[in-house]
Amino acid sequence: MADEALFLLLHNEMVSGVYKSAEQGEVENGRCITKLENMGFRVGQGLIERRNTVLLLVDLFRFTKDTARFKDELDIMKFICKDFWTTVFKKQIDNLRTNHQGIYVLQDNKFRLLTQMSAGKQYLEHASKYLAFTCGLIRGGLSNLGIKSIVTAEVSSMPACKFQVMIQKL
Amino acid sequence: MSRQANRGTESKKMSSELFTLTYGALVTQLCKDYENDEDVNKQLDKMGFNIGVRLIEDFLARSNVGRCHDFRETADVIAKVAFKMYLGITPSITNWSPAGDEFSLILENNPLVDFVELPDNHSSLIYSNLLCGVLRGALEMMAVEAKFVQDTLKGDGVTEIRMRFIRRIEDNLPAGEE
Repeated sequence: MADEALFLLLHNEMVSGVYKSAEQGEVENGRCITKLENMGFRVGQGLIERRNTVLLLVDLFRFTKDTARFKDELDIMKFICKDFWTTVFKKQIDNLRTNHQGIYVLQDNKFRLLTQMSAGKQYLEHASKYLAFTCGLIRGGLSNLGIKSIVTAEVSSMPACKFQVMIQKL
Repeated sequence: MSRQANRGTESKKMSSELFTLTYGALVTQLCKDYENDEDVNKQLDKMGFNIGVRLIEDFLARSNVGRCHDFRETADVIAKVAFKMYLGITPSITNWSPAGDEFSLILENNPLVDFVELPDNHSSLIYSNLLCGVLRGALEMMAVEAKFVQDTLKGDGVTEIRMRFIRRIEDNLPAGEE
C-alpha cells in the first residue's frame, strides 16, 4: 500500500512536468489543465472500477445483492464526499451543498494538495494547476458510477477550496 | 452494520491503488507526448529524481534512521525501512560485488505494475523507471546508478534493480536536475 507522501509528490511533479514542457500563454495553460484533468479522470474511473469489482466479489461471497446500490444521485454525491474523499485525501469533504437541481458544491477547508503551498492569498494564481487533476478525479469517479458531469474548482483563500459538480442529464 | 463494514473495505482497497493508478495515467500520458520509449524512460527518470530529492526529506523526518556509514548500511535502510514505509514491500538485497559497491534489490512483486500489461509496440519502455530516478534523487549526496535488470512486465520471474555506488558528492549544494 503506497504512502500518501508518494502520491502528493507524484502529483506535484506531474503538474510541474506538464507545465515545464509547455509554452506560455492562455491556450497552453488551457491545454495543460486539460491534460491534468484527463489524467485525473482515468484515475477516478479506475478507483471506482476496482471498488465495483471488490463489491461484486463481496456480494457473491455473502449472497447478498444491492449492498452496493445507491438510492439516488444525492447518495452518490455523499459517497464521493465521504468514502471517496477519505480514500484519496484521508479526510472527508467539510461541506456539501446542492440546489437539488443537479448542481453540487463540495467544500474542502483544508485541501491536501494545497496545504503545502500557502495559507491565504499567496500563489493563488497557481492554485488551478493543482486542482485540475482532482476535478478529473471526481468526474471520472462519477462517470463510472453512471453519472456524467462537469467539474470545476475555485479557491479564494488557500488551503480551502470548492469543487462544483454540474450533473449532465443525458 | 454491513453497510459500514462494506465502506471500510472499499476505502482500504481504493487507497492502495491510488498511487498505482496515478502512475499508470502518467506513463500513458508520457507515451502520448513523446515519440519513442527512450524519451519516456528519460522523463520518468528525471521526474523520479525530483521526487527523490524531496522524498528523502520526508523520510529523514519520519524515520529514526541515523547516518549510514557505508553502502551496505544504505542498502539495508533502502530495502527494510524506505521501501516498507513508502510502498509497503521489503525487497531482498543480493548479488553484492566483491568491492561492496554494487548490489541488487529483488522485488517479488512490484506494486506499480498491478494490472499493467505492456503493449507490443513499447518493448523498450522501462515502465517503473520512476523508481530508479527516486533512488538516485534520494541518494543525491552520493552519485549512484540505478537500473532495472529484470522486469516482471517483460516476462521475468522477479523485478531486479541494480544499484551501483559511483562516488560521494562533497559539496553541500544538492545537484538539482530541472
